Amino acid sequence: MDLKEKLVSSFMAFENQIDIDSPVHDVRSEAIKTFEQEGFPTKKQEAWKYTSLKSIINQDYSVFPKQENALEYRDIKKYFIHDIDSYKIVFIDGKYSSHLSQTTHEGFDVCLMSAALNKPKYRLVIENYFNKAATKDSLSSLNTAFASEGAFIHIKKNKLVEKPIQILHFSSGDESALMLQPRNLVVVDENAHVQIIERHQSLTDNPVLTNSVTEIFANKRAIIDYYKVQNDRETASLIDNTFISQKQESHCSVHTFSFGGKLTRNNLNFFQNGERIDSTLKGVTIIGNKQHVDHNTLVHHIEPNCESHQDYKGIFGDNATGVFNGRVIVNKEAQKTNAFQSNNNILISDKASINTKPQLEIFADDVKCSHGCTIGQLDESAMFYMRSRGIPEKEAKALLMYAFSNNVLSSVKIPEIKQRITKIIANKLGVNIGFDL
Amino acid sequence: MLKINNLHASVEDKNILKGINLEVKPGEVHAIMGPNGSGKSTLASVIAGKEEYEVQEGEILLENENIDDLAAEERAHKGVFLSFQYPVEIPGVSVTNFMKTAINETRKAKGLEEMPANEMLKLIREKSELLEIDRKFLSRSLNEGFSGGEKKRNEIFQMAMLEPKLAILDETDSGLDIDALRIVANGVNKLKSKDNAVIVITHYQRLLDYIVPDYVHVLYNGRIVKSGGKELAHELEEKGYDWIKEEINA
Ligand SMILES: Nc1ncnc2c1ncn2[C@@H]1O[C@H](COP(=O)(O)OP(=O)(O)OP(=O)(O)O)[C@@H](O)[C@H]1O
Ligand SMILES: [Mg+2]
Repeated sequence: MDLKEKLVSSFMAFENQIDIDSPVHDVRSEAIKTFEQEGFPTKKQEAWKYTSLKSIINQDYSVFPKQENALEYRDIKKYFIHDIDSYKIVFIDGKYSSHLSQTTHEGFDVCLMSAALNKPKYRLVIENYFNKAATKDSLSSLNTAFASEGAFIHIKKNKLVEKPIQILHFSSGDESALMLQPRNLVVVDENAHVQIIERHQSLTDNPVLTNSVTEIFANKRAIIDYYKVQNDRETASLIDNTFISQKQESHCSVHTFSFGGKLTRNNLNFFQNGERIDSTLKGVTIIGNKQHVDHNTLVHHIEPNCESHQDYKGIFGDNATGVFNGRVIVNKEAQKTNAFQSNNNILISDKASINTKPQLEIFADDVKCSHGCTIGQLDESAMFYMRSRGIPEKEAKALLMYAFSNNVLSSVKIPEIKQRITKIIANKLGVNIGFDL
Repeated sequence: MLKINNLHASVEDKNILKGINLEVKPGEVHAIMGPNGSGKSTLASVIAGKEEYEVQEGEILLENENIDDLAAEERAHKGVFLSFQYPVEIPGVSVTNFMKTAINETRKAKGLEEMPANEMLKLIREKSELLEIDRKFLSRSLNEGFSGGEKKRNEIFQMAMLEPKLAILDETDSGLDIDALRIVANGVNKLKSKDNAVIVITHYQRLLDYIVPDYVHVLYNGRIVKSGGKELAHELEEKGYDWIKEEINA
């Protein structure tokens, strides 16, 4: 039985096992139909031309992990940004781990999707927001069909959440192959502010496929900074579907740091439903071996006087492959839009490759849109300059790569994250550089 | 200190250096002059270990050791320093971080501990004062948007930080205003000792009034065609290169 059949046939059992009267029952049933019709995307589809899921979906994944697993904090501490105080929502094999988590309901909700879906007091929020931003493509629909657990964050009006919120998904390796479908919902009310860090980590080399959906709603003047740390093992794959719906004057940024994983696909979608909105999409990708990272972004400018800033840097070694597909739509009504997009890449091996494609669909006439993409090698004259000062080749390369990613790192607002990312980069490049950028 | 025997070097099958012989002893200052395109920067790059250039014949000895097979960084660790004619811009790396890395990598290569942060700061302060460099400058990206003169002054600041045995200054004077020339030359002179040596590549006598050479060489068409004392520089300033070219062609 292939993965699609397996998923479709387990849907009934899944629905029976959880509350069939759930308000999202109809949404789920609709979603599984969509997935059943469309199946997993193939390279024949334009949006998947350079990313093949074939080798990922041919595994015999468990789609429902059997038992709850416990992990000791000391064994996984290193995956947290642990030098800052934070709220934590931790999942092990898709199940909530209360003893590793630190949630809250005081003044705002940092808790679980399962609670939000089942408890009457969240009914209204779920009705208003659940599955309202996600598109109805096959993978998002698949996630919707099985949506039951994940992070639920609701920040109330005027609330400034001082501690960042870390969402961590671990896979313990207890299953020989595991498929996870976390579903996160983030609602930030008027004038509220929150910072979120998300990470997926498998703890063994058993294959893991994560198909996650995160819906984020930024109401009027809300500020949301979201950081995705993707540094998983090379047996783990991630399809990240993130949908951000912004209201007027809200500011949202998503930084995606992709250093690990076998295959990573980031479907990052911004919808600007209001005026004077600011959207920022930034990413650093540094991969090697046979790793594959695909950034598929969409910024939909719907109303006038909004901005979007996209800046993605990629460094590809060995046989690594990258894709950047940046789509910007500017509606006819969205006059005075400023939309910037840049994608710069360095190939440090002849066998590495990157496919980069901007896709601008502009229907308004009074707009400023710019885009640029570059593909190059490390600057040889800069290499000689540094080496002539006593910096060995490896370190010089690393320093150039740091410098290359610096633009993206410089807009990270939490210093501990910046330090952590710098460390991961150094680790990745196998060097120890004596300073943090 | 440095001994170059019959050095031939080429790039992309083009012969540029065609048999250079040069000996520089500790404590000496040598000036290399010569028309554009004669191979001065190439010689400097070959000594510093630029891999693009292929050495076909001859050898370079540093303190009696053949350094032909050493990488650029290894030569730097042994005390070779090149002040670039065209310093390279490195966006995203500050002058300070660059110097910290360079110094600590050099120390690491010598089996020394990293320099303690306070010592590093003190050194940076001391050397930036020597070259009258504004502190704000040091947090800027290396050479990015620096004026021509600022780049050159920054090169000598790096030299002061690294205290090389053999410094090669490739047209460090070009782009410097009169005051800056004095400051930079003064910096170089302060670093001079009986144990180190300097090779100054220049087109103008002016710099040599400050950094007084023991020997002046004329490089022409890949060879050193004339050597003399400091008065040779005056003669070149006055008469240009035509008389030398004629001498050779005769
Ligand atoms: N990488 C290279 N590729 C091709 N030709 C080169 C390269 N480097 C140097 N050359 C050539 O070698 C010759 C010597 O160049 P070099 O830069 O050493 O001259 P120079 O004496 O320093 O001149 P200047 O006084 O103008 O600085 C020139 O003809 C130059 O074009
Ligand atoms: Mg030159």
